Amino acid sequence: MTATTPDGQTAPDGQTAPEDPGGDVLRCEHIAKNFGMVTALTDVNLRLERGEVLGLIGDNGAGKSTLLKILCGFQPPTSGRIFLEGQAVTLKSVDHARSLGIDAVYQDLALVNQLTVFQNMFLNREKIRWPLVRNRVMRREAREHLDEMGVKVPSVNVPVAQLSGGQRQAVAVARSVFSNPKILLLDEPLAAMGVKEGAIILDLITRLKHEGNVSIIIIAHNYAHVFEVCDRINLIQDGHITLDKPTSETSAEELTDLVVAEYRRALEERQRSA
Amino acid sequence: MSDTFERTVAKPGAPQWGPTGVGGLGGVLMRALRVIGRQREATVFVIAVALFLYFLIDKGSEFTSKSNQVTLWSDSVAPYAIIALGEVFLLICGEIDLSVGFVVGFAPYLMHYLINFYGFPGLLGIVFALLLGLFVGWVNGFFTVTVGVPSFITTLGTGFVLMGLTGWTAHDEPAAIPAQVMGIGKWIQNYSWAPLVWAVMLAVLFHIVLTRTRWGLHTVSAGGNLLGAREAGIHVGRIKYGNFMIIGLLGSLVGLQQMYYTSNISPTTGSYQWMFYAVTAAVIGGTAMLGGVGTIVGAFIGAVVLGILLDGFPLIGVNADPLNVVFGGAILIAMVANVQLTRLRERGQR
Repeated sequence: MTATTPDGQTAPDGQTAPEDPGGDVLRCEHIAKNFGMVTALTDVNLRLERGEVLGLIGDNGAGKSTLLKILCGFQPPTSGRIFLEGQAVTLKSVDHARSLGIDAVYQDLALVNQLTVFQNMFLNREKIRWPLVRNRVMRREAREHLDEMGVKVPSVNVPVAQLSGGQRQAVAVARSVFSNPKILLLDEPLAAMGVKEGAIILDLITRLKHEGNVSIIIIAHNYAHVFEVCDRINLIQDGHITLDKPTSETSAEELTDLVVAEYRRALEERQRSA
Repeated sequence: MSDTFERTVAKPGAPQWGPTGVGGLGGVLMRALRVIGRQREATVFVIAVALFLYFLIDKGSEFTSKSNQVTLWSDSVAPYAIIALGEVFLLICGEIDLSVGFVVGFAPYLMHYLINFYGFPGLLGIVFALLLGLFVGWVNGFFTVTVGVPSFITTLGTGFVLMGLTGWTAHDEPAAIPAQVMGIGKWIQNYSWAPLVWAVMLAVLFHIVLTRTRWGLHTVSAGGNLLGAREAGIHVGRIKYGNFMIIGLLGSLVGLQQMYYTSNISPTTGSYQWMFYAVTAAVIGGTAMLGGVGTIVGAFIGAVVLGILLDGFPLIGVNADPLNVVFGGAILIAMVANVQLTRLRERGQR
């Protein structure tokens, strides 16, 4: 049994699990996750190359968000191993993952409406001069950082409740690259966004990609977005990855066919057992 | 809403990224926004001043006499304000404590038992009375955070337990204050303005903690977006445990103050009424029951309104029952205003 890398590259041997990653910044082997009786992930083998943007697509309930929450330390896997730059790691918490250079933007953005933009930018990594937080420093740095990233907000002093959907998303993405992560995980960064607002996030991702300091995994529903920014695409179905191809070698049609085929198979199985 | 991304506070010349951020038109706007944000406190403050003036004009020297002013600020405002400080933190992080009134009642008894029956030195007895509050808070945190019982139920239970313990162990009899702790009383209560000084100092401290420390910001985060706070790596459970323990400690302190105030240890001191007054003060001051919203300044002014009514109504010959009708009305009006304000804000934002 080998890991699913049918794109012509030397596939790492999944059974012996060598410590040499071959340039992969992140690699998962046989990740499984159960919630009680429910199996969310069965056997995920995934790798992320340095500086690449990997699109992770799949239907609702395929396990995309579960995988992301494992990779960012929010929840532990039931079994399986994670390698960070070739080193096996056990992610103990979000803080721990962050200290190792993994940061995430969750689907729900994890913004606190009642706090201001700059307070959200520094949420749980506040600059302090004990015992007080250093508002002036945080305000300035948040403003500079947002400017640098081309994110426009009315002011860093307004509560995020007053921002539009796109602005909120942009603030969340900007926050996640604040600490110069090595790996950035984005869960549906374009969900519920207009074309214009979505373009701003895509520009942001493209810019990060060209700077080349960060490797990105994007979870997405919308294939068009994926094809625009991703180097490689993984399709996750039923808790494991069923397709792994460079973006140039696949198409929205192929992905759609694969998803539809699975539906058909599931439907037939149900009819047969009935 | 295609233009929302470009939407700014559209004033020509307002510097969007002014390097100072506080000067010029931007600064004026900022200040205006802040005033609007604090409108609730401003409203309650006006009500407090109006009530004060009303009793001043109606009762004159009877109201302004030193003895009545001490009664007003130290006996009617301070104790409820102190408990309200803790209740604000809990309400902001999405919980409530109904048991604190019974910590008020039991803490002095525990001190009395330890000193008179177990030979503890006076100061140690006081320390243990304060530790009781922390312990009750920890138990509330344990059942709410670790076990997952809603805090309304948890603290209802611990409140009854404490109420029963107080009556049971005291045989419903008052006790005398142990002689060893009489001296320290003047610092806690017996100097005329001591309770008010305690309340103001604690309010300043709590205001700073809420607005300028990680603890305060994380308390707001826990109530404003529980899942989001967790995803950001905030130890939400620790925050809630801590806030339960803080209000317990405040309950113990107020319990000791009441002991000196009534010059004995009474089984009728502390009750749901204490918790109700504290929550009333917080709510009148603009604290939301759903978490995320509330200020120390607002709660303190809320306690002032409460205290002026408590002190002033008997002066003009209105007894406790009509007073409760007024309180009930005030709570309802405050909550309606809260809901309406929230709706307005949401409408303005979409």
